[in-house]
Amino acid sequence: MFHPSHFAAVVLFALFASVVFGITQRSTPRGMVRYGIYCFVLFVGAAIVLSWLMFLIAR
Amino acid sequence: MRYSQKGMSTEENKNAVAAKGWVYLPLLAGWLVPGAGHFLLRKWGRGALIAASIVGMYGLGIAMQGKLYSGAHDILDILGLVGDLGNGLLFVVSRLLGLGADQVQVTTADYGTRFIVVAGLLNVIAAVDAHNLRTGRKS
Repeated sequence: MFHPSHFAAVVLFALFASVVFGITQRSTPRGMVRYGIYCFVLFVGAAIVLSWLMFLIAR
Repeated sequence: MRYSQKGMSTEENKNAVAAKGWVYLPLLAGWLVPGAGHFLLRKWGRGALIAASIVGMYGLGIAMQGKLYSGAHDILDILGLVGDLGNGLLFVVSRLLGLGADQVQVTTADYGTRFIVVAGLLNVIAAVDAHNLRTGRKS
């Protein structure tokens, strides 16, 4: 059994999805790496921003 | 191709070798086995990364006791089943071995269920990418 924290799950999800997005959505190796990093940052960044928003709304 | 390049390991010759065979084979192979479509086209690095990502995501989903959809009782179950079927043979073998949970009982199992569904959807994207490489729509 594997019990990651919510944030660890977000990071793992972002990592795997970003790798596939980078490879499939760009043609050159450089473009793949750049787009993969871009997707990873957006995934994790959006999760952090939305988490803080929900935290502040819930207070 | 110049005459002097005939039979040499040029990019053009590699693509010509990869372009042989049934046009839908990379699409089908990529769906059944993650990364296989790219391996057939000799895109070893891309195939390995895709296989590691999708099998890793699927494996973590199973390890988190994620649910494998077996039937279609409502629209959400149908969508979940469609996503799971995107995993190809991984889903079939897991069902045969009785892996995954029947019901979600803990929070991490809910994450696991999403991991499994998204792994299937990513696998479909990767299989279509292999098809695009095969047809020449993508280089």
